[in-house]
Amino acid sequence: MLSDNNKIVHRKKMLVTFLLFAGIFAFLFGRLVYLCVWEAEHYASMATDLHERERSIKAARGRILDCNGKVLADNKTVCTVSVIYNQIKNREEVIAMLCKELELTEEYVRKRVEKYSSMERIKSNVDKEVGDRIREYDLAGVKVDEDYKRYYPYHDLASKVLGFTGGDNQGIIGLEVVYDKYMEGEPGKILTVTDAKGVEVEEAGERRLEPVAGLDLCISLDLNIQAYATQLASQAMATKQADSVSILVMNPQNGEILAMVNVPEFDLNEPYELPEGTPENLTAQEKQNLLNGIWRNGCINDTYEPGSTFKIITAAAGLSAGMVTPESSFHCPGFIIVDDRKIRCHKIAGHGSQDFTHTMMNSCNPALITVGLRLGLDSYYSYFEQFGLKQKTGIDLPGEAATIMHKKEDMGNVELATVSFGQSFQITPIQLLTTASSIINGGRRITPHFGVKTLDAEGNVAEHFEYPVTDGIVTEEVSATMREILEMVVAEGSGKNGKVEGFRVGGKTATSQTLPRGSGRYIASFIGFAPADDPQVIALAIVNNPQGVYYGGQVAAPIIRQLYENILPYLGITEYHEKEE
Amino acid sequence: MAAPKTARRKKKEQSEYFFDYSLLFIVLFLLGFGLVMIYSASSYSAFEEYEDTAYYLKKQLIAVIIGLGLMIVVANIPYHFWERFAVLGYLVSAALIPVVLTPLGVASHGAKRWIKIPGIGMNLQPAEVAKLGMILFLAVLVCKMGRGVRKFKGFLVMMAFPIPIAAEIYLITQNLSSAIIVMGIAVIMVFVASPDYKKFVIMALLVIAAAAVVIYLVVSGSDIFAFRGNRIKSWLNPESDPSDTGFQTLQGLYAIGSGGVWGKGLGQSMQKLSFLPEAQNDMIFSIICEELGLFGAIAIILMFVMLLWRMMVIANNAPDLFGAMLVVGVMGHIAVQAILNIAVVTATIPNTGISLPFISYGGSSVMFLLIEIGLVLSVARRIQLKEL
Repeated sequence: MLSDNNKIVHRKKMLVTFLLFAGIFAFLFGRLVYLCVWEAEHYASMATDLHERERSIKAARGRILDCNGKVLADNKTVCTVSVIYNQIKNREEVIAMLCKELELTEEYVRKRVEKYSSMERIKSNVDKEVGDRIREYDLAGVKVDEDYKRYYPYHDLASKVLGFTGGDNQGIIGLEVVYDKYMEGEPGKILTVTDAKGVEVEEAGERRLEPVAGLDLCISLDLNIQAYATQLASQAMATKQADSVSILVMNPQNGEILAMVNVPEFDLNEPYELPEGTPENLTAQEKQNLLNGIWRNGCINDTYEPGSTFKIITAAAGLSAGMVTPESSFHCPGFIIVDDRKIRCHKIAGHGSQDFTHTMMNSCNPALITVGLRLGLDSYYSYFEQFGLKQKTGIDLPGEAATIMHKKEDMGNVELATVSFGQSFQITPIQLLTTASSIINGGRRITPHFGVKTLDAEGNVAEHFEYPVTDGIVTEEVSATMREILEMVVAEGSGKNGKVEGFRVGGKTATSQTLPRGSGRYIASFIGFAPADDPQVIALAIVNNPQGVYYGGQVAAPIIRQLYENILPYLGITEYHEKEE
Repeated sequence: MAAPKTARRKKKEQSEYFFDYSLLFIVLFLLGFGLVMIYSASSYSAFEEYEDTAYYLKKQLIAVIIGLGLMIVVANIPYHFWERFAVLGYLVSAALIPVVLTPLGVASHGAKRWIKIPGIGMNLQPAEVAKLGMILFLAVLVCKMGRGVRKFKGFLVMMAFPIPIAAEIYLITQNLSSAIIVMGIAVIMVFVASPDYKKFVIMALLVIAAAAVVIYLVVSGSDIFAFRGNRIKSWLNPESDPSDTGFQTLQGLYAIGSGGVWGKGLGQSMQKLSFLPEAQNDMIFSIICEELGLFGAIAIILMFVMLLWRMMVIANNAPDLFGAMLVVGVMGHIAVQAILNIAVVTATIPNTGISLPFISYGGSSVMFLLIEIGLVLSVARRIQLKEL
């Protein structure tokens, strides 16, 4: 029998049981509140990531404009054609259409169309007209996305400076690399809601995150000067059968580079095309090495022995230290004995007695060696460092090579003597040009550069680039003296082929034998600036391995003369300051 | 024994007796709600697989109708009628489980848990039979033991009977959750029957301690628990292993999280688009959370609490111990199953396949639950109104 006592016990137990269950439910409810309120955002965003298939929309990459606003690197609209496996209704029809329109083999297309993936790219960089045609077929599962492709309207112009971009809109070489973060912009997204198999959920629609276009980059390069310099360099390379010819044109006052030519150049729109006559059976590595050679910017990436143009530095050091004046007299017997070595002058008979200005005009080796030796190793080395020759110039191009110089403790008088006239060490052409600029511009070491400013889509300036300037490399007096000496070099000395009628030009030639000595390979170069009393432009021409006559004064100086004859009037440098006698 | 007394009462007028409409309403609400949610959760995958959005809905609807019919029949049979089948029910339960190993067994989701009933094309889960059988058997046992329940020996006897059945379910059908439910039903019935608390507190502490040891062993890198161990690991950190065992748990959490407080609205679930496995079945509660939000979830939880409360009231007022114990058993069954399901879905406990009573898709489950509700209603009908 169910006694009352028993009944009370059972009732109590039942209530306890019920309360226990209710308590657990309350706890679970608390857990739900935690998940739905505090953790909701976390899980919801993870879920959204899971549900949305992402297709990125390339951002329009910023253009590159020359100093006059001419477009050097532009974007062209192209299309990317892809297929979505789960949405294709008629596989055969799609394959046939893609083969026909994209001119691809059936095997290639079939493999991709039949591949089970969420989205398979068939072809990118398809012309817009073809993309539009494919879109008109309106076949389920075929996607045509518009896309940008980098386009260089002047093909090979300044190719090694501008550089090019890869498939993901990223810079590969040149300015495209250095200014990538300004020009790349932010890619947008098309987010499509799909089920677990990747089939679009139609009601959910698409969400677009618009891309942000990159900033336009304005550079100091002048299209006209670059084009003309390229023409001159190509001519010189052809007539002298040289390996390569480089021309650098810069404003010595602020470091803005107006032209940087390295012929042979390459077509930026087809950067991976190998030159004709290349053997077919190259390995990928060999091919890449070959391309790297083609893309190499000799003005920046390669070092060379500057030869006599480096006498500018030795002279400036001597003048700064007060070791010489333009009037100091030197005697050249055709050689000089340093320790146990006899170092010859290029004029075997010797230059005889001459003042310092004339030693530069004659490019006399023994005289400049004497200057170097008089300075002594400590002093010379510290000038070398003070002029900034041991640092990189900081140019806004990738891969600048460092100076290759003796360690101070390894240098004896012989090394000091050879360095004095520009041998036994190596610098880049841009380093020479930058150092020469700082000597003739009043002693300010400027940073050579291309990038001037960036512009946003409305054409407003987004950022003006500033570059470091180091003052006091040489005094204004030494700088003025150097300008006069170098003007004399061009007016009456070894650089007379660089003379431009109606303009005052200063400069220095160089003929350096490349290593190993005795190979018969030379580098002819000329560095020249104008106007000589107030330099507005400085240029360096380097002819690598010319055949026949190989002297800098005869091979390189005429290139700069022709350049100046055209660009000085173009730059508006017309005023002729009479030289004060 | 209480039986002769109630037999005499039966002759009195029907109007004096009680019919629990609240309980019936709650059950009908849960069933209706379940059908709506099954359709919402399954229509997408049903169309994918069977080209019929209502495929699962139709099957469930048939099961619900049959179940309601069975419920009405059972509710109208005096519950003492079943007393004589207690031992038989126990033996049948024990015998049916091994049948899944015979050719009649049907495998689904990688486990053999169903028996095909020839002719009607329906599958029966023997674990469901065992749950019902256990409730009936223990209710009879408690009454038969009388004052014996109070002794320790009585306690041991009562606890000893469910163990073979639970072991069978666990070992033969690899169905840990059903084994837990069978044991849970037994513990709750014995708890209510016995006046003692101490034993049960110790038992609870032992279970908690054992769980702690298992979790510790799994975390410290022991692999003696094989795939259950992985489930525990993915429960502790579902995001660390989203591709494998943690997948379902994490997908459930995505659903709950993206529903937030107000939900996305009925039919708007994203997770049901084949992301969440078993969306209409074990994981239906997370789809409810995603579509109806925290408030939908509260409504369901409140419904279950009210259902348990109604059952407690009926048990309290049951004319005899047998009736009370039957109701307590059903109450324990529904409570344990609902709690375990919600706990799994909210990643409160490791993932184990368990359905939400009345709401989840599953024909044999809902039919047996409705038979149990029929029993409860039958007990309720024997309550004299004047006793209330």
